[in-house]
Parts: sequence; C-alpha cells; structure tokens
Amino acid sequence: MKIICRCQDVTEEEIIAALRQGATTIDEIRRLVRAGMGSCQGRTCRRLVSQIISRELKTPGSEIYPPTFRPPNRPVSFSLINAELDGHNDNEDDGGKK
Amino acid sequence: MKTRFDAIIIGGGILGVSTAYELAKAGMKNVCVLEKHYLASGSTGRCGGGFRQQWSTEANTRLAMDSVARLESIEEELGYKTEFFQGGYLILAHTEEEEKQFAANVEMQRRLGLNVEIVDPEEAGKIVPFLNKDLIRKATWCPKDGHINPFLLTQAYANAARRLGAEIHLWTNVTGIMKKSNTFFIMTENGDNYETPLLFNCAGGYSRTIGDMLNVEIPVDPYRHEILVTEPVERLWDPMVISFSVGLYARQEMSGGVVMGMGDPNEPVGTYVGSSMHFMYEMSKRFTKLFPKLDKLRIVRQWAGLYEMTADAQPILGPIDQIDSFIQACGFSGHGLMLAPAVSQLLAEMTVHGKSSEVIDSLNVKRLYELKDVVKEKSVV
Ligand SMILES: Cc1cc2nc3c(=O)[nH]c(=O)nc-3n(C[C@H](O)[C@H](O)[C@H](O)COP(=O)(O)OP(=O)(O)OC[C@H]3O[C@@H](n4cnc5c(N)ncnc54)[C@H](O)[C@@H]3O)c2cc1C
Ligand code: FES
Repeated sequence: MKIICRCQDVTEEEIIAALRQGATTIDEIRRLVRAGMGSCQGRTCRRLVSQIISRELKTPGSEIYPPTFRPPNRPVSFSLINAELDGHNDNEDDGGKK
Repeated sequence: MKTRFDAIIIGGGILGVSTAYELAKAGMKNVCVLEKHYLASGSTGRCGGGFRQQWSTEANTRLAMDSVARLESIEEELGYKTEFFQGGYLILAHTEEEEKQFAANVEMQRRLGLNVEIVDPEEAGKIVPFLNKDLIRKATWCPKDGHINPFLLTQAYANAARRLGAEIHLWTNVTGIMKKSNTFFIMTENGDNYETPLLFNCAGGYSRTIGDMLNVEIPVDPYRHEILVTEPVERLWDPMVISFSVGLYARQEMSGGVVMGMGDPNEPVGTYVGSSMHFMYEMSKRFTKLFPKLDKLRIVRQWAGLYEMTADAQPILGPIDQIDSFIQACGFSGHGLMLAPAVSQLLAEMTVHGKSSEVIDSLNVKRLYELKDVVKEKSVV
C-alpha cells in the first residue's frame, strides 16, 4: 500500500479506484478521495497524482485538465486577518489552533 | 456512439444525475446526461453539503422533508457511502423581527410534521459550544437536518444510473438546440449532434442560457457565492449553524475542518467564480463576532460557486407552456443539493408515469413571469 497524499492519508489504490469510476482530472481525485485537500494543499502530492492519472489513463501529463489553485497560499488565522483589518498586524503570530 | 435518446438531460450536477437515475429506475431505457466538464464541476461540487428542512415557504419545506426521508436510506438504495450525517441545524434569531418570523416558520413546519423546536440562548450554547450567546434572542433547532458529501452523492447517483443503462457523456458542451416537430436537435462543441423527444434543463447557473437556445426565458440569475474551510481541529460541534443577521453559516466537516460561507448582497450577476480577499476579510470578521473564542482557527482554502437565483428564491420545476417536453429543474437558489432527491423523483414519476404533483405545479415558471401571488423564501443565506 503506497501512500500518495500524506496530509490526507490517501493510497495509490484509492486513487486508482476513483479513476475506475470515471474520474479523469486532478480536481476530481481531490474531491472524491481528498488527495490534495490537506494542509499543504497538494504541493507535495499533486505531481504524484498527475503521474498516476497519466499512467492509468494512458494520457500524456500535458493533456490532463489542470487543477484549480485556491487561496490562501499558506494557512492563515482569523486573529491575524482581524489584526490586519484593525491596522496593527504585528500583534499576533499565525501559529493557529491545531 | 449513440446520439438518439428517449430523454436527454443537460447538466451533470446533482440534479442531472439524480434525474437520470430516477428516470431509468422508473423504466425509461435510453437516458443520457450531457455535461460540459466533469461530474459535479458546477455548483454541486462547490457547495456546502448541508440539508435542512427549516424553510419559510411550504413548498421548500415539503420538498426538503421528502428529500431527507429519501436520503435516510439512499446509501442502501444506491450502494455507495455518502457521509450522510444528521447533526442538526441551529438557526439563530438576533432580532425581534426574526423571532416573530421564526415562530411563524416553526408553526408551519410543525403542521407539516417536522420535529423542530425553539430554544433559548442557554440551550443553543449547549448545542453549539463557543457560540457568543449574548448576540442571540432565540434559536430554532431541528436535529434531523444535517449534511452529506456532494461529490459522493453525485457519484452514487451516477454509478447507479449507469448500472440501469443510462449514459453520461462528459466534456460535452451544448452550444445550440433546435426543436422540429417533436424532436429536439442538440448541437455540441465536439461536433456531435444529439436527438431526443424529451429534454431536461439541469444546467444550474447556466439554465437561462439553455432557455435562450430555444428562445424562452428561464429567469435564473447566477451569482457568485464564496466559501472557505479551516485546518482540521478537534471536534467542536455537530450541527450546521446559520445566522441570517450576521450573514453566515458554519459547520465542521467529519475530517475536522470548519466550512463556512456567507451571502454578499453586493455581488453582481455573473458566472465568475474566482476567490476574493474581500470575502476572506468579511468572513473572518463575521465568524469571530459569533465565535470569538475560535479566532485561532486557520483558513486553509477558499473557493466559490454559483447560486442560481430566482425572484422568489424557489426553484423552477416541471414543464413550460411555450415548448412541450422541455422540463425544468433549475433555479434552486442556493439549496439544490438538498432538494434534488425529492425533485428528481417527482419529475421522473411525472414524465414517465404521468403522475401529477401539487408542489411541482406550484413551482411552475409561470409564477415568475406574472410575479403575482409570489411568496419569497426568506430563509436564505
Ligand atoms: C458556495 C455554495 C454553497 C452551497 N451550499 C449548499 C448547501 O449547503 N446545501 C444545498 O442544498 N445547496 C447548496 N448550494 C447550492 C447547490 O450547490 C446548488 O443548488 C446545486 O448544486 C444545483 O445543482 P445543479 O445540478 O442544478 O447545478 P450544477 O451543479 O451547477 O450542475 C449544472 C451542470 O451543468 C453543466 N452545464 C452548464 N451549461 C452546460 C452546457 N451548455 N452544456 C453541457 N453542460 C452544461 C455545468 O458544467 C454543471 O456541471 C451551495 C452553492 C454554493 C455555490
Ligand atoms: S500531501 Fe496531499 S495535500 Fe499535502
């Protein structure tokens, strides 16, 4: 069993199972089995997912429908955003509640 | 490739696939869904996943109650896990006016047989910990509302529809439609032409465009609606919380992230679904107002989808007078996921078995042309 998405604990088998159900894009894999939905937002696993799609569906990587990139770039806390809105963005770190 | 079908459905969102399934189940042999991208690529795949029965109009309440009854056994029927979960909905009243409106809603909902009650702030705080109780006067609580994973529900219906012989053609963008005698001729970007005597408009935010192709007005306007999710944290609460005054809804996913969204009255009509900084700021202010102790939660992702609004915030269902056999299932005004199970079933029974339905009739598009006796749904975020 090979883990492809470490943030969300998704295995290669799960991704292949989603492809068997008709998925053809990175976004569908993300939605169906959550690969790429973790806190790194797919930075680590996107490439691997893309390679699996390419291999399983026998399409060149360049023909896979590109995924959507969604903000923010890094997790950011409400307190940090609110502090910025209040105009003093130095009073909090974005350490967050994990 | 087959291009002639007994029924064609435009749109591979929840309405399209559930309608395909119900038609096939009702005995229709040749059914096909045409979807321009992939399944659930429209509003369905971007939605909050909530289902609630607490509405202000009777039609919405009835459809939602029938849908929930159906969802309770859907995993078994479709043979697929959907993360169906009845964690309840808590709706907050902040003003005297809301208190009055909610009391009227609850009276109507109870008359229809819904298990719903009015609770005081103390109790509301127990149902949803961390809530700033000082801001609320009362709340309504229905423990049988809940949420479901929209992609999994779509996939569940799609797989089941295919098992019954329905086809789903992805990456098939409908660009023109013509009706000659009793046949619809459907043109697509791929160059394939389809033919059918029965056509369903399940195109979500693009339903007006589909109507335009046949020269009829389908009064549905798309508006962007933004939403975000935080990093996973330990279990906070089970229900969906809604506040119309503060203007937000929030719930915690099974996986721990808190999903929240809000309506923005300044949003213009359009199909743009990019994300905005304005939303991130505004959502942050509103959420921490209602949940001051949760300000350390970190946003991990934001996105947007289309609300498909009608003038009374209720869907457009059933046939239209101008064109025979052109059936509408659109204009769900931000609550189509939760109405789909009942609506698709009623529409299939109507088209295959000729069974009439009072609710479907009451939601005919005619009401929106005349704009008389129109009662607006008030419980929309
Ligand atoms: C942020 C957000 C949160 C929401 N939260 C909830 C919620 O909690 N509960 C709830 O019940 N509802 C919610 N909704 C509303 C819900 O998402 C919609 O009402 C529902 O998904 C509508 O389903 P649909 O199948 O009609 O439309 P869609 O899912 O939009 O499907 C229409 C499909 O038609 C396709 N299409 C369009 N034009 C063409 C064409 N010319 N040719 C071929 N295909 C075409 C599109 O690609 C699309 O896939 C929310 C919506 C948003 C945006
Ligand atoms: S490894 Fe997949 S989201 Fe981080």
